Amino acid sequence: MKQIQYIGLGLFLTGLAIFISLIFLGRYELSQDVFDEVVTNKGIKSELFINDINTNLVGNEFTDPFSFSSKVTTALESANTTHKENSEWDKVIWTKPHSFSYELAKSSGNGIIKDNKMLFWILTFGLGILGALFFIIPQVVTLGRPGIKNNGIYHHASTSRGWIGWFVFIFLVSFYVLLYFYPDFIVNWTYIVDPFSMALSGNLASQWFLYGFLYSTVMTVMAVRMYIKYRHNKYQILRTTSVLFFQIVFAFLIPEILVRFEKPWYDFKNAFPLDYDFFFSWNLNQLIESGGFGLFILVWGIVLTVVVVPVMVYFFGKRWYCSWVCGCGGLAETLGDPYRQLSDKSLKAWQLERWLVHGVLVFALVMTGFTLYSYFSGADAVLGIKTQTIQDIYGFLIGAIFAGVIGTGFYPIFGNRVWCRFGCPLAAYLGFVQRFKSRFRITTNGGQCISCGNCSTYCEQGIDVRAYAQKGENIIRSSCVGCGICAAVCPRGVLKLENGPENGRINPTEILLGNDVDLMDLLNQK
Amino acid sequence: MEHVVIIGNGISGVTAARHIRKLSDKKITIVSAETDHFFSRTALMYIYMGHMTYEHTKPYEDWFWEKNRIELKSGFVNQIDTSSKTLHFEKGDLLKYDQLILAAGSKPNKFGWPGQDLNGVQGLYSKQDLDNLEVYAPDNKSCKRAVIVGGGLIGIELAEMLHSRHIPVTFLVRETSFWNGVLPEGESEMVNREITRNGIDLRLASNLKEIISDENGNVKSVILEETEEEIPCNVVGLTAGVSPNINFIKDSGIAINRGVLVNRFLETNIPDIYAIGDCAEQHEAIGNRRPIEAVWYTGRMMGEVVAQTICDNRLEYKPGHWFNSAKFFDIEYQTYGWVHGKKEQPDHEVHFHWKHPDDTKCITIAFHKESRQFLGINNFGIRMRHEFFDRVLSENRSIEYVLAHLADANFDPEFYKLHEKTIIQKFNNDHNTTIQLKKKSWKRIFQTS
Repeated sequence: MKQIQYIGLGLFLTGLAIFISLIFLGRYELSQDVFDEVVTNKGIKSELFINDINTNLVGNEFTDPFSFSSKVTTALESANTTHKENSEWDKVIWTKPHSFSYELAKSSGNGIIKDNKMLFWILTFGLGILGALFFIIPQVVTLGRPGIKNNGIYHHASTSRGWIGWFVFIFLVSFYVLLYFYPDFIVNWTYIVDPFSMALSGNLASQWFLYGFLYSTVMTVMAVRMYIKYRHNKYQILRTTSVLFFQIVFAFLIPEILVRFEKPWYDFKNAFPLDYDFFFSWNLNQLIESGGFGLFILVWGIVLTVVVVPVMVYFFGKRWYCSWVCGCGGLAETLGDPYRQLSDKSLKAWQLERWLVHGVLVFALVMTGFTLYSYFSGADAVLGIKTQTIQDIYGFLIGAIFAGVIGTGFYPIFGNRVWCRFGCPLAAYLGFVQRFKSRFRITTNGGQCISCGNCSTYCEQGIDVRAYAQKGENIIRSSCVGCGICAAVCPRGVLKLENGPENGRINPTEILLGNDVDLMDLLNQK
Repeated sequence: MEHVVIIGNGISGVTAARHIRKLSDKKITIVSAETDHFFSRTALMYIYMGHMTYEHTKPYEDWFWEKNRIELKSGFVNQIDTSSKTLHFEKGDLLKYDQLILAAGSKPNKFGWPGQDLNGVQGLYSKQDLDNLEVYAPDNKSCKRAVIVGGGLIGIELAEMLHSRHIPVTFLVRETSFWNGVLPEGESEMVNREITRNGIDLRLASNLKEIISDENGNVKSVILEETEEEIPCNVVGLTAGVSPNINFIKDSGIAINRGVLVNRFLETNIPDIYAIGDCAEQHEAIGNRRPIEAVWYTGRMMGEVVAQTICDNRLEYKPGHWFNSAKFFDIEYQTYGWVHGKKEQPDHEVHFHWKHPDDTKCITIAFHKESRQFLGINNFGIRMRHEFFDRVLSENRSIEYVLAHLADANFDPEFYKLHEKTIIQKFNNDHNTTIQLKKKSWKRIFQTS
């Protein structure tokens, strides 16, 4: 078994190494035709930029994406600087330099990778998937009999912030930085998923298609790990299947197929304010322009946020979304599961969490207010603050840095729900409903708690579950996403996720069950 | 300001301190020689198994003590001078108290086996025991085999710990079946099978004769009493129960027997001195309970009660219905009320036993032969609701009532397979009854008293 696992690890690392090396490979040569087409399509009026590219880029061959990118971005930035100085606003190119560069690079690449897309897919994704499965599937035997087996998690460098954890952290953070800010460096990655994108939407793959594809793949492979680790626990198996289904079908397949039918790309489960650009004017315009179907999406988006979310939270707690449907939650529960114990449980972390997560919610609402005001009034600023500026700040700080780079990149250091816990505005909204008007709670079982602390340790949301359990108090915290792991790891059967009657849900107790009734009366009287 | 000194920072002492702080403004000092901060002893095994770190086992963050003005003193008490109300520490320093709470816990039993003090021979109770285990059994290269002596809850936990690091374990159990002094036959046998399934070399009806030393004073092997067989090993776990840790009390004039003798108010024979938790011994047993109960939660309850007494609300220690829980490898166990093992089973106590074909779930319900009153339940592999059984015990419900309402009692996670129907079916078959299962009712489950 160990041998199979080592082989798997070897295959996986080989695939990963090839995947990383792709960044540094390939040849890029921009042809005159392609460039002219881009200039026409984008309506570029800057002759400075056009000349610059024509002299320095067109017809020259580059052997790595960095020098190619640097030529494009320098040309773009220097042209823009001149135009801005001369107030030639119609000539300024507003596309982000690296996105522009990505567009050019995507159609300029040639050579071995572009010619052998499927081969390189097999050498990267293929080896990665195969290796991971070789590593994971023997766990059916190596983990021992079904049951909670967290053996050695704190002895292992990957799951206890050891050197492997830090390596994974660096890899993930770099990946997100490239994905969000330097898409032109990862053109080769998008080539290898082109065939899949063509099959689904009829378009070549963008970096976002690549991300969606990778996301779904990683979730599927790591879901296999969840199925094996929690094979004794039906709640975990059903929940994993559910998040996997919603990711693959709702977040990945349906939006791509919509594009094939020339409908707007839309993820039907992505509720505002997590879907923070739902009310941005470009989105509203696009939806309205798409006729009846666009209007349906618009109405659905609003109904989902205003009606479905609170009603479902009332009956089932926020877990119906965070642990059964949400894509961020889905990645956290599959790829992130090995890191769940690393979340900070200190009081300080909790204090920070409440300020941050509610702050982001307020920020999202203010931004949406500004956006809608601008949309209907036509003004581009409110109280002297540009709506676009607010949107850009939010998109950069929250959408990219928090949700992506920190949210996932920090899994191996801060645990798997950093984003959900500290940043997600939808989680804050769901949490309010869960805390004040819901039938959900985690019931604690009388006096059976022995304060061992497994529940707190394995709470990905950093809730000190033990603090409640040892008091026999129901847990109704707004941050609880109902993953059910506290109940799974409890060696004494103390915790149970329940949707019961609202009455008696909040039960502050000073004396635990087991002591004589007189004493309980005495304390209850106070 | 009165000064309450508590010896021992386990669950009993710390609970007492917390409740005294809730109820009063007294000066509180907790004395311990084990660790600086309170940690949960029950979680020691999970540190070794790598589920948690020592930090995770502390229920309160380190700032908690200063914030709540609970002073922590590290030191070992040598002697208690009850006339001058002074504690004498090993290092020569003194501490005055106005009220003293003895919460010193237990120590592992040793029965005078030859070699019981060798290196690598140890119990599993304190943080130091865990540190020792890390020295003598860090992995299966340094420790080729471990032998565990004594078939109780700590023994099986130690077996699981060593097993998690792939160290072969031989488990010597004096009884003919694991824990059958406490568990009824069917359950005890199921646990035997669970132990064996996990690859433990379980030796029933086996006693330790002698522990053999190598030339460096380390354990080399053990010899069995019955067969004279020699089993080579590097670690010997002594888990044949615990006894009160009261050596330092012996010359103080505080009345002791096996533990520190206390009345129902947890008072010793000396005014202003109380004893709680594992080290306390009731003059007379309470109900079916033993005079010394080395159970985690009773320590907690005694802490709650003694705090009331010290804060001028003199209260009797009245534990409610017996309950407990444990885990045997992957099988969780809970018990509510009394279900006796064969040896101690009274004549009027009848057992109903149900076992799932997968051999990891079973229950035994005890009831009164004539009155049909429900007496207790043992559940293995199925979680049950404490409130439910506490209520049916207080209301003296019948076995029929309990079975009919079994759906209310289930505490398993959602979507788990329910077994109530087959349980009742078996009972109806065995006893010619026609009990019908009632649908689970939130109204009954969460009824407010």
